[in-house]
Amino acid sequence: MLGKTANGLFWMYRYLERAENTSRLIETGQRMALTRLGSSEAEWKSILQTAGVWHGFEATGEELTKESAIDWLLRSKQNPSSVLMSIEGARQNARLVRTALTLETWEATNACYMKAKELLARKVSERDLPATMGVIRQRTALVRGATHGTMMRNDIYNFARIGTFLERADNTARILDVKYYVLLPSVMSVGSSIDNVQWETILRSVSARGGFRMTYGNQYDPIDIAHFLILDGRMPRSLAFCIRKMRDNLSYLNATYGEVPESSRKIADLEEQYLSRDISAVFDQGLHDYLQAVLSRMSDIGAQIEKDYRFYE
Amino acid sequence: MRLKIRHTTRYQFEAPVHRGLQQLRVTPLAGGNQSVTGWSVEIDQGTKQLEFQDHFGNHVDLIALDTDTQEVTITCGGEVELVENHGVLGRHWGPTPLWLYKRQTDRTKAGVNVRRLARQVEGDSDLDRMHMLKELTADAVAYKTGASEPDWTAEDAVIEGHGVCQDHAHVFIACARVLGLPARYVSGYLMMDDRTDQDAMHAWAEVCLPDLGWVGFDASNRMSPDTRYVRVATGLDYSDAAPVIGTRVGGTGEALSVEIEVAQQQ
Amino acid sequence: MDQNQVFDEMWGREENLRAPYGLFKSWFDGEEPKRLRAKQREAEELFRLTGITFNVYGQAAAEERLIPFDIVPRIISGLEWQRLSKGIEQRVRAINAFLYDIYHGQEIIKAGRLPERMITDNDAFLPHMIGVQPPGGVYTHIVGIDLVRTDDNQFYVLEDNARTPSGVSYMLENRETMLQMFPELFARNRVQRVENYPSDLRSSLAACAPSVAGSSPTVAVLTPGIYNSAYFEHAFLADQMGVELVEGHDLRVIDGRVAMRTTQGYKPIDVLYRRVDDEFLDPLNFNPDSALGVPGIMDVYRAGGITIANAPGTGIADDKAIYSYMPDIVEFYTGEKALLENVPTWRCSEPDSLAYVLDNLSDLVVKEVHGSGGYGMLIGPTATKKDIAEFRKKLEAKPGNYIAQPTLALSTVPVFTRAGLSPRHVDLRPFVLVSPNKINITPGGLTRVALQKGSLVVNSSQGGGTKDTWVLED
Repeated sequence: MLGKTANGLFWMYRYLERAENTSRLIETGQRMALTRLGSSEAEWKSILQTAGVWHGFEATGEELTKESAIDWLLRSKQNPSSVLMSIEGARQNARLVRTALTLETWEATNACYMKAKELLARKVSERDLPATMGVIRQRTALVRGATHGTMMRNDIYNFARIGTFLERADNTARILDVKYYVLLPSVMSVGSSIDNVQWETILRSVSARGGFRMTYGNQYDPIDIAHFLILDGRMPRSLAFCIRKMRDNLSYLNATYGEVPESSRKIADLEEQYLSRDISAVFDQGLHDYLQAVLSRMSDIGAQIEKDYRFYE
Repeated sequence: MRLKIRHTTRYQFEAPVHRGLQQLRVTPLAGGNQSVTGWSVEIDQGTKQLEFQDHFGNHVDLIALDTDTQEVTITCGGEVELVENHGVLGRHWGPTPLWLYKRQTDRTKAGVNVRRLARQVEGDSDLDRMHMLKELTADAVAYKTGASEPDWTAEDAVIEGHGVCQDHAHVFIACARVLGLPARYVSGYLMMDDRTDQDAMHAWAEVCLPDLGWVGFDASNRMSPDTRYVRVATGLDYSDAAPVIGTRVGGTGEALSVEIEVAQQQ
Repeated sequence: MDQNQVFDEMWGREENLRAPYGLFKSWFDGEEPKRLRAKQREAEELFRLTGITFNVYGQAAAEERLIPFDIVPRIISGLEWQRLSKGIEQRVRAINAFLYDIYHGQEIIKAGRLPERMITDNDAFLPHMIGVQPPGGVYTHIVGIDLVRTDDNQFYVLEDNARTPSGVSYMLENRETMLQMFPELFARNRVQRVENYPSDLRSSLAACAPSVAGSSPTVAVLTPGIYNSAYFEHAFLADQMGVELVEGHDLRVIDGRVAMRTTQGYKPIDVLYRRVDDEFLDPLNFNPDSALGVPGIMDVYRAGGITIANAPGTGIADDKAIYSYMPDIVEFYTGEKALLENVPTWRCSEPDSLAYVLDNLSDLVVKEVHGSGGYGMLIGPTATKKDIAEFRKKLEAKPGNYIAQPTLALSTVPVFTRAGLSPRHVDLRPFVLVSPNKINITPGGLTRVALQKGSLVVNSSQGGGTKDTWVLED
């Protein structure tokens, strides 16, 4: 496989994952705004921070309102992580790696892009937002479905999966890091309804409310939440789960290519040093420090994968 | 006459080369009055990729520069046996069509000044006229090193009134083509009588006359080549016959040094 | 144009249904127009989904556009096709022989059959190809011959495409779409298959591999990238052949070969089907500013380390100035009269011809010698007085840049409109694969249709559409 193709697959699926993550954040924000009284600007700011796009938004000088925040996240062309730009990025990369995709996967991606372009051509009113988000969620799910249902389980698939999980782990780690202060033990004692809302926001933004309830019941406990999102290997958006999946996919590549490159060693180190401890050790290090360390390791692993598999010249 | 030649070209780069390729035209042409023995081309900090014959019949080596190199040295040399032919090479041969040598190139484009020079050419035969052209060229463009630019055109050299052997060859070729004769640029070695170390490679022109075929003219020395002249590469102008043509990424701040020894073997 | 002068491929001149269309007609008559309209929309949706789009040159926003597709097939009988393909094969052989000669002995010039100035003043002549032996002796591995029809038995060659003929993906997708939408039509009619083209292309290219290649040569397609107007086709062909689709920056010269950067290191390529023009192919040897090419690829080629398809410099054979000599060229190299006729052509470089052309501008089509895609041409009969006056100035300024031809009464084939079947002018581009031992012509080719009533311009960039082209088994 061409290095460029591996790169294109990696990014196609990163963008697809990003489109889904950003959509989820919009829905979370919308949900919070609906269920709370009073000003929600601070909440939207934190949503934009969670998506990693706050600085970009701030630079536009636009006033932060619910509408402007949603528009920035959903369809702004200046925001490279907006849902529309992410889907366009996924489709552009799909075009680049067209020969590596099945017809079904390509057509689902192209259809997703055409639909998103049509739906997001104009500002989406609050009334239409749920339906629009529903359609987009459906379309991206079709791409995933075509991917899982029709693509060979070879190196093509492995690079697609590595891109997916790196983006997802990055997203979860970022959400936790933006909100880490509400998970600190010192705040726990307060146990106010505000904290409950914050915790719910976190769980919602990674689609984990149901899973959490199933595991821990109805009581929100920040330590449980942190454990669930960081170390629980059953939770498909937890750091432990995503990193394990990346390691698995890299090991399939190693089996195919017959070599163990640096990235595999680095990911094994990450797992061993950061994801094999219990949650109290995480809090002992300091949640923020811990997450920063994990984020920086992951970005290093991403760069190493680029190098190991010759994404660029 | 038997000449022993050793030619070293050294490139130094301030910034390391990321990637680079060079076409080398440094192997003397076999055939005609030349026979070449034991010619070698050695590269330090570069690797030979392949060799081929280009569309003018030149031998070309393609080399890749080593990644991260800051100094590349190309050393070539060997022996060439020459038979006196007074610059007459004879009838055109090979797949290159003769008409191609009538093409104007960027460097040999005839401007007002080149045309004026060409109009002064007189003589009873083509050969006479070409000898006169050689003299006219030498008169119009005084030989002066270090005062011309390597990318000068024939027209530039006539306007400036001075130049080096490359400019003489370009002016001669430009005029010959204006006069309707196929002409080409020759890059090669010249053994100067009084010394072994030479400053640079030499250049002269060849023109194809209806009766004699290809004949060489060296305006810089106001003569036709003899057995001290070794033909290395030919083309429509300097850019076809240059010893090194390359492309690279990185390797900015290039410095070039050349050492050439040409000595007669007893 | 007077419709009575026009030959319709379904109805002839006299409203007598021609035999190849018999079964189609009876099927069509039994169909509800409403269903067909729905099918037409469905076809468009299929194309859009597959992403069969092209970018229009000369438009600022490189929007991807669809080439309109018409559901009425263009039908050619087996016998007609047999005759045509003989002529095509003869012409393609002659083109390859001509290219070899032009880059070696130039015997055709020495024999006085082609004026020297046709080559000496021609930018399409590539000096770097002089003396080069292309692997397998093939210059044009893929050729598209543009044909027009004016009568039952009268076809003309409009132009030869010997560089990088495009459009074959439309031929394949058109068939695929028809098979999906109207399977019953293919059950009634025995239509010769085109589906083998990609695998034929791959084996044809592999058969031209250089001697350094192993027993199973590595083939790749070189594209200028996703912003190129024909990117879809490049990706489509690479995908269908099962080979890598590469760009210049994926390739470099390593160990004397052109190699592609894979996840496991550099791997040499034996045959490169390039869809990048000569000028941009090699910044070391040609345009130094090109970012689309591979530095040194021309040197690897000259050293016998790679096959470039089509070979560099083949443009000299499809140059419009050379075109008018094609009958002589065919005769010179095959020793036979050309089976396919040229459109009569006036070379404006010749004073007598120029005078005639200037006197008859309103009846003629005048084309730029080096232009393509229907740009920079004058169609006399439909041009305004102002257009003609402006063109006259251009022509007088540089007559050597132009050739002129009569406006041919191009045949029509019906298209499906709101008002039912309605005739539209068409041309045909058959695709030819050349390997050392075989010339393979896909039955049919790409039919382009001028969708505007009465229009003669079939180019997709100027509002033309396409049709599925059937050659029947007789």
